[in-house]
Amino acid sequence: MTRDRRLSWINGLLLPLFNVLTAFLATAVVFILIDVNPIEATKILIYGAFGYEEGIGYTLYYTTNFIFTGLAVAVAFHAGLFNIGGEGQAYVGGLGTALVALYIDPTLSAWLIIPLGISGGLLFGAMWAIIPAYLQAYRGSHIVITTIMFNFLASALMVYLLVHVLREVGQMSPQSKDFPDSAWIPFVHDVFAGMGYKIAESPLNLSFIIALLFSALVWFFLWHTRWGFAIRATGKSNDAAVYSGINPKKIIVVTMCISGALAGLVGINELMGVQHRLLLDFNYGYGFGGIAVALMGRNHPIGIIIAALLFGILYQGGMDLAFEMQSVSRHIIVVMQGLVILFCGGLEYLYRPILIRFLAPIEASE
Amino acid sequence: MNDLLLNLILTLDASFRVCTPLIFASMAGLFAERSGVVDIGLEGKLLMSAFIAASAASVFGSPWIGLLFAIFASCIFAMIHGLASITFKGNQIVSGVAINILASGLTMILTLAWFKSGGITPTLQGDERFLSITLPGVDIIDHIPILGVIYRELISGHNILVYLAFATVPLVWWVVYRTRFGLRLRAVGENPKAVDTAGLSVEGLRYKALLIGGILCGIGGAYIAIAHNAQFTKEMTAGQGFIALAALIFGKWHPYKVLAACFLFGFLDALAVRLQGVVLPVIGEIPVQLIEATPYILTVILLAGFIGKAIPPKASAQPYIKEL
Repeated sequence: MTRDRRLSWINGLLLPLFNVLTAFLATAVVFILIDVNPIEATKILIYGAFGYEEGIGYTLYYTTNFIFTGLAVAVAFHAGLFNIGGEGQAYVGGLGTALVALYIDPTLSAWLIIPLGISGGLLFGAMWAIIPAYLQAYRGSHIVITTIMFNFLASALMVYLLVHVLREVGQMSPQSKDFPDSAWIPFVHDVFAGMGYKIAESPLNLSFIIALLFSALVWFFLWHTRWGFAIRATGKSNDAAVYSGINPKKIIVVTMCISGALAGLVGINELMGVQHRLLLDFNYGYGFGGIAVALMGRNHPIGIIIAALLFGILYQGGMDLAFEMQSVSRHIIVVMQGLVILFCGGLEYLYRPILIRFLAPIEASE
Repeated sequence: MNDLLLNLILTLDASFRVCTPLIFASMAGLFAERSGVVDIGLEGKLLMSAFIAASAASVFGSPWIGLLFAIFASCIFAMIHGLASITFKGNQIVSGVAINILASGLTMILTLAWFKSGGITPTLQGDERFLSITLPGVDIIDHIPILGVIYRELISGHNILVYLAFATVPLVWWVVYRTRFGLRLRAVGENPKAVDTAGLSVEGLRYKALLIGGILCGIGGAYIAIAHNAQFTKEMTAGQGFIALAALIFGKWHPYKVLAACFLFGFLDALAVRLQGVVLPVIGEIPVQLIEATPYILTVILLAGFIGKAIPPKASAQPYIKEL
């Protein structure tokens, strides 16, 4: 094996694997610190996520959200941009979806309303990303800082709209009126029932299929279209992109719009799929979770689906774990997300010096 | 008239209390960013130290012990950030995000493990927390119109950490602009290679900057839990670390300007509380959310270069790789 091959092998497979394992190990240490047997906890967690039909449904329902935000972060990463604003884009994207569902003629066919709702999410998500993107491309402000600010602005905007504008008349809590039936994305258990199979009820709905479709689309877009190539080229080397006739400013804006649009799809799963109304904080934590998913999935759609599934398992299993063990709160999953981001992201190169040193003698002997 | 004056003074008084953690956190950020390390983990450090301060103060019955533990916890987080962004040359923003999320999760888990409650610590009684101090001479000056009210309401009657925050700013200015360490700190944020060539340790300087930041964030977090409030509650920092980051940018990484930005943002926050549900003449009722969002809007506009230009230290966010 040549040195280059070996390095790519280390960077591409060994390092990520070691990093994920370290994150899990660190989680086990946290479990021990709070006096919980990590093996026992893992058993409960896995049973909660896979052990029964309803659990599987919940797992895939959470997975759906993580696929959307993971794709969002990954697309931006490919252009060398860090979109930390997924949280806000998901929030405002949900507003777009909800506006379609609330104000469209409910007698129209679901075949029309649902695609329009999806478009609303895409459009509003992109809208919330375009301002930070424009400011980064043309005014030189840093995308990370602006997207952080836009997360807070999204939150303020949504609270205002839900309290003062969209709240259902006579309703105390800040939420909109229910969407009409024709704006509901069908539950998977209903679809199965229609085909004559009976499965347990869960929030899992056809948004999961839409998430898989979008993963395929993102893969095709990034690796098989001119725009995808331009995005990846800009991310690898800004100068090289300029020399090959790419306008990086335009790429920044386009990439961020796509990224925001993908994050904006969280609303279709949460609102059209499950809640059937607009409410506060439906996006909570998924935007940041998407960062962990993208890092763990190495910014590739297949990796993202796997990582999203893992986080879906952890979310659902974590809920069951908190229910079974009094001393564990479901926030253990938040700690785990943090550890994954730390070890797969910030401390990405933790093992590289050791691995390289370890492999050097073998290399010399060849 | 008197009523308006009193209202104004009370709002300003609240601004002092609200902007104190912003000052500590933004000064922490100032050290980090001046050394070339971006620190978006201010929020996480505030949250973690708020929790640790409240826990330790409750267990040991002393706010000072709470403060010490808070500083210690915050410094551990700062060193994790240092390990990722200085030693292992990872992405500093990713590491900051990790710290924020870790703090959010750990505080929830540990409240349950230590206090059997979801997200709160026991309420602190009496002198288990930092109490307000009445400055000498209040009784004498109180008889003077206007000045008396200002002295009694505005200047006197804060807890010790508020005064410490305002004392910290000139100290930071002095360290950054008048000491050898400050000169090196600024140099390492602008041109680490030059510092390296001069035979100084880039990594060492950056670690020192992060450690100072850790101490300051620890005090800020302790203030939130055991001075401004009397216990830790879930997500109690509520984005103040990010507002501090905004203030740091708004103040263009200069201690006094950052202080002014902190006070402005603190004032807006205090104003939002006072204006809740109040119908003003001509304008009508201003939505609270709009006032709360103002610091973020202002920062975005500033960053976009529409009101002045905010230029961060040149080597910001870049790990230093030594040439061999």
